[in-house]
Amino acid sequence: MEDALLVSRLQFAFTVTYHYLFPMLTMGLALLIFVLKSIYMRNGNEFYNTSARFWGKIFAVTFVMGVVTGIPLEFQFGTNWAAFSAFSGDIIAQTLAMEGAFAFFLESAFVGLFLWGERRFGQRVHWFSTLMVFLGTWASGYFIITTNSWTQNPVGYRVLENGNIELNDYWAVLFNPWMFPQYAHNMGGAVVCGAFVMAGLGAFYLLARRHEEYGRIFVKVGVIAGVLGSLWMLFPSGHFSSEQVADKQPVALAAMEGQFETERRAGIVLIGQPDIGNRRIDNPIILPRALSFLIYQNWNAEVKGLEAFPEKNWPDNIPLLYYSYHVMVGLGTIFIAIMVLAAFLLWRRRLYGSRWMLWVLMLAIPLPFIANIAGWFTAELGRQPWLAYGLFRTSEGVSPLVSSGSVLFTLIGFAGMYLIMGLLYIVLMVSEVNHGPEGEEPLESTEGATI
Amino acid sequence: METIWFICVALMVAMYVLLDGFDLGAGAIHLFAARDERERRTIIRAIGPVWDGNEVWLLAAGGTLFFAFPLLYASGFSGFYLPLIIVLWLLMIRGLSIELRGHIGDPMWASFWDAMFFIGSALLAIFYGAALGNVVRGVPLNADGYFFQPLWTDFSPFSQNPGILDWYTVLIGLLALTTLVVHGANFIAVKTENELNARSRGISRLFIFATIALTVVATPATFWVSPRMLESFNERPYGYVLPLVAIAGLAGMVYFNMRSNDRAAFLSSSAYIVGMLTSTVFAVYPNVLPAVDPANSLTIFNAASSYYSQAVGLVWWSIGMVLAAVYFIVIYRLFRGKVRLDDEGY
Repeated sequence: MEDALLVSRLQFAFTVTYHYLFPMLTMGLALLIFVLKSIYMRNGNEFYNTSARFWGKIFAVTFVMGVVTGIPLEFQFGTNWAAFSAFSGDIIAQTLAMEGAFAFFLESAFVGLFLWGERRFGQRVHWFSTLMVFLGTWASGYFIITTNSWTQNPVGYRVLENGNIELNDYWAVLFNPWMFPQYAHNMGGAVVCGAFVMAGLGAFYLLARRHEEYGRIFVKVGVIAGVLGSLWMLFPSGHFSSEQVADKQPVALAAMEGQFETERRAGIVLIGQPDIGNRRIDNPIILPRALSFLIYQNWNAEVKGLEAFPEKNWPDNIPLLYYSYHVMVGLGTIFIAIMVLAAFLLWRRRLYGSRWMLWVLMLAIPLPFIANIAGWFTAELGRQPWLAYGLFRTSEGVSPLVSSGSVLFTLIGFAGMYLIMGLLYIVLMVSEVNHGPEGEEPLESTEGATI
Repeated sequence: METIWFICVALMVAMYVLLDGFDLGAGAIHLFAARDERERRTIIRAIGPVWDGNEVWLLAAGGTLFFAFPLLYASGFSGFYLPLIIVLWLLMIRGLSIELRGHIGDPMWASFWDAMFFIGSALLAIFYGAALGNVVRGVPLNADGYFFQPLWTDFSPFSQNPGILDWYTVLIGLLALTTLVVHGANFIAVKTENELNARSRGISRLFIFATIALTVVATPATFWVSPRMLESFNERPYGYVLPLVAIAGLAGMVYFNMRSNDRAAFLSSSAYIVGMLTSTVFAVYPNVLPAVDPANSLTIFNAASSYYSQAVGLVWWSIGMVLAAVYFIVIYRLFRGKVRLDDEGY
């Protein structure tokens, strides 16, 4: 069964990673589209209205990709992780089912209204639909983060005689203390992603001297959202996220930082390669005492290293966890640098002419996708070897009778399917970008089959 | 409490089959009903604004099933591993085909997605029917409540080790296909005019007779593979009203099809679907997944989540369903009436 466990883990990791590329963009864009539409409602500038429509089309294609790649995730709890579903279904299914009842219906209804209702119902209803799409996608995010938070920090449960657990405090699960920083951090990441994509596409239009009026709008809105979002990722959301990892999952923190030994005045590893066998970091560049200060606000505080914990509770892929965390933090730092500089130039009214800065913004488009995925890797690898932290090990969760051959069959199928879907998505995006926002008319309610 | 949730889940599944049923049926016939690009686009526009919302019922029903009966979810989903993942792939292919065909104005591109839309829709209908057939027939659950079945074995009626697809479940799959074709054709007839309307009605008529023939074969076959089903009706005779609804729906389909009353025909096919589904779940109750060895059957009692969990769930579920009903009524009112391609969209 060892193999079925490995292949099931790979399949879940692959499908959830691929899926999340789309919602991080739609959740970020949903907010920015609402902002564009709201600006139009205030100042009546048609360019903003057309911009909202243009991003609505990009949103629509991305949303469909998110929906179809999201269905396998809910199903996989049952198909591949049956033992975990039986163990914890009383709790995690509660929040997953609530997502269906509250977020999915709302999203599907208002996305339809947003895309087709403008001409028939007028601008006020259209503005309202952008608000509801924003709230719906962010509500979806809340239910998923709440479900994940329970696995990171199980609360509100009672262990039964048969070893399974049952819910005994509904509100404790819905307002899990772990959820607040994680939700703030995750949604901030989505905003950063939407902001970089918007600013980057605007920069492309300015550099290519096409649709320049729209290019300026996209760059302006993207950079303002980007600078706020990037700073938000550092403080407060990032700061409190790492404090709670230090508090509730100290072994995960030690692995993320590559801290093998327990020491006072611990430094922070900026660069280096973890060598698990010899329990050290090779070629390190270390900022002295910084780790002690960041966690405890005390330059002399003691930080627990991996050696302080039994090896069977160590995360089972420390190098990947370490790199994911460092990629996330490193890119986050770069985002702050890029966006603060761009915002400064915007303020000095020199941004639209600074071609080098526009190049940087355009080329930075893929980076927030990488950073967000690295962030999720950090959260999920840090939780290992547990499925529910401290309660239920990943190795116990897999479906008992599903063979590794069957799972490999479906994993290969997903890989092929997602490759084709990814290519289609790119083709569609390129054609939307080439077409550009000009001449974007509101869709009639009987026109267009698309969502 | 368990019975309430059994009914809730059954209602959501019925809702899903009714709603997504007509767009699946539309997908299965659109290659034959529509003669040119214009008609094909008309069909896709008829279901375009609603298919995604319809499919949400599947997700919501799946989530609710997981929440109300976690052990059923764990056991059923892992036991039907391969067919379920194949259903997921078909759902993806189908969703993409509806969304993508219009994005690039090229005839080859559109034909490719039309074919995908047809294959995805028709196979999904068959798989859904086969899934229901498996639940009726029972599966080889072990004492821990798990099972794993091969996709198919030898299709023999006397097989000791039937696969997920065997003579009986494929029969139910075909019945599901013909039923949804009728349902979808009725919907397209309601939404369209002129030749397309007449042609859809013709397809509906053809498949009504197939549905009647398959129903006549499938009913005794069901009682043969699962004699418990008949006992359920005899123990609780008030349940006979459900198959009567199905028979009335069947009669209505024929009558209103002949009278060319599309709306009433659509309501009749809805009644038939609801009647058949409720008859089945009524007869399976209180099991949720019958086992070959009845001692191992999953019932609403041994598969349910805790009382507290189900009680809390009833509160938010009710609120959520009221909201969902409001959205659906608004959206369907919004997009009511015949589809006309007045001005060429993208």
